[in-house]
Amino acid sequence: MAAATVRRPPAKKKEGVAGFFRYLWKHKYMYLMLVPAIAFYVIFCYVPMYGATMAFKDFNPMMGIWDSPWVGFEHFEQLFALDKFYSVLWNTISISVIRLIFGFPFPIIVALMLNEVRSKKLKQGIQTAIYIPNFISWVVLGGIMVNLLSTDSGIVNGIIKAFGFEPIGFLADDRYFVGTMVVSMIWKTFGYNTIIYLAALTAVDPQLYEAATVDGAGRWKQLFHITLPCIMSTIVVMFIMRIGSLMQAGFEQIFVLYNPGVYGVADIIDTYVYRIGLQEGKFELAAAVGLFKSVINFVLIIIANKIARMAGEEGVY
Amino acid sequence: MTKVKRDPRNRIRRSFGSRLFDGINIILLVLLAITCIYPFWDTLVVSFSSLKSYLSTSVHLWPSEWSFEGYQFMISNADLWTSYANSIFITVVGTVINLIVTVMAAYVLSKKDLKGHRVLTFLAVFTMMFSGGIIPTYIVVKDLHLMNTLWSMILPTAITTSYLIIMRNFFFDLPHELEESAMLDGCTEVGVLFRIILPISRPSMITIALFYAVDHWNDFFSAILYIMDNSKWPLQLFLRSMLFETEASYSSSASLFLLGQPMKMAAIMMAIIPIMLMFPFFQKYFAKGILMGAVKG
Repeated sequence: MAAATVRRPPAKKKEGVAGFFRYLWKHKYMYLMLVPAIAFYVIFCYVPMYGATMAFKDFNPMMGIWDSPWVGFEHFEQLFALDKFYSVLWNTISISVIRLIFGFPFPIIVALMLNEVRSKKLKQGIQTAIYIPNFISWVVLGGIMVNLLSTDSGIVNGIIKAFGFEPIGFLADDRYFVGTMVVSMIWKTFGYNTIIYLAALTAVDPQLYEAATVDGAGRWKQLFHITLPCIMSTIVVMFIMRIGSLMQAGFEQIFVLYNPGVYGVADIIDTYVYRIGLQEGKFELAAAVGLFKSVINFVLIIIANKIARMAGEEGVY
Repeated sequence: MTKVKRDPRNRIRRSFGSRLFDGINIILLVLLAITCIYPFWDTLVVSFSSLKSYLSTSVHLWPSEWSFEGYQFMISNADLWTSYANSIFITVVGTVINLIVTVMAAYVLSKKDLKGHRVLTFLAVFTMMFSGGIIPTYIVVKDLHLMNTLWSMILPTAITTSYLIIMRNFFFDLPHELEESAMLDGCTEVGVLFRIILPISRPSMITIALFYAVDHWNDFFSAILYIMDNSKWPLQLFLRSMLFETEASYSSSASLFLLGQPMKMAAIMMAIIPIMLMFPFFQKYFAKGILMGAVKG
């Protein structure tokens, strides 16, 4: 990255290249402290970005990505001809969109509800309880879910049976699998997101509420005219982030919990890449799927940010 | 009654409807909190129950028949301790590296007058928006001969960009007078970092360290990609094979199968105990940590 800067010396200043090096030398310790981070980003982020070009090559592990011959869009043509590709794309998008629709407003509502709680201790206690699941891995949560959702001894089916219904195979039945994934994902993450909104809520000036109360505004009016407008920028930033990870349907969660019986609805882009790339060894095809996903992701972020800006918000960059 | 400091919203006498709203609000929130706690309680109870008492009911509030067999089995399981040791190594070494690399970079990038900080920050943020993907990263790790080593779970995750940005934003907001006066006293830029900045940044550094530590402890993705040997398995891989592949691939499957669910829940409890031990620290620093950088890039 430093090299890139060298190629464009600050021409308007008279010192030129020598001056640039003098500047570097003067601040050498500062730039030295950046070296590990730059090495990390180059090796583990930018080299793989270059490596993604293998989607257009006939990859030969002996020759490496650089020397492998180009084949153009061959792998993409192959990919777009696969029915399976459309099915994993659909699964990824549908899981993400359902999660967005239900999971995005939920922490906002919980944060607003918590904001109305006057007892500090109760508020703190509830906060702590709801963000615990966020710190637990999907392997563990998966194990706990199997326990709770078990058709014989799980509490969820226990309740269902108590009402006289048939027990439901939440993890085995492909009619329920996606719903189970969505609900458990929201369950795991909403507490953490709630805290972010609560942090934004504490920044709202209490005098605004005081003034509104004096003017006779009720709690609902205060909600819509003070609270929500004040946290709007946080909501927008969070929304852009969510849009930016729309192609991320949750590899770890699904990988831990899915089984061949529910592949039809549960197989997402990442699990598919893992299986065809690392288990079947079709590196280029898997890289092509991965690249496709990255590009869509990138475009989504750009669009979301643009829309936010047009709506008068700041956006994320 | 002593007069306590009150919420301004409280001063005007509240109507019946308003109080009803508060009541329902609190009930709903408490129910929500219970749905977040109960699964762990159930797990804890099942882990101390005998298989018979586990199967007898679907609501596990208290063990009807105590049993420590699950824990006994897990404690005597050598594979558990190997994976435990691996996870501890990854978490401790990984977090130290994370913290050093992140703090140094964040500090330098927070210097607005330093040439190149804008470009470099952009290049870091760009990696959040676009990535090469699983397979190219896998090939890099392979080419570096990190495959099947614990380093494959440490180096490729040396920086989490969002934490870097949080840390940088925190350094941004520190009062500049502190640094200026130290510089006047003859302190170098690096000296300022170690003598002035780091001591006052402890809470945010601890928050970031906790985040990194939890991420390492829970990291399953890198392990599934890069680790093959059982002897190098981190805890999460061991757990996965225990919880989800018991019948098929686990070596002493016969005895495991007999012990069933209580034993699995015991394994889960042992895996989340370290996280639970970290929790008081989270409590103390978490809200502050979130506040300091929020989510802004």
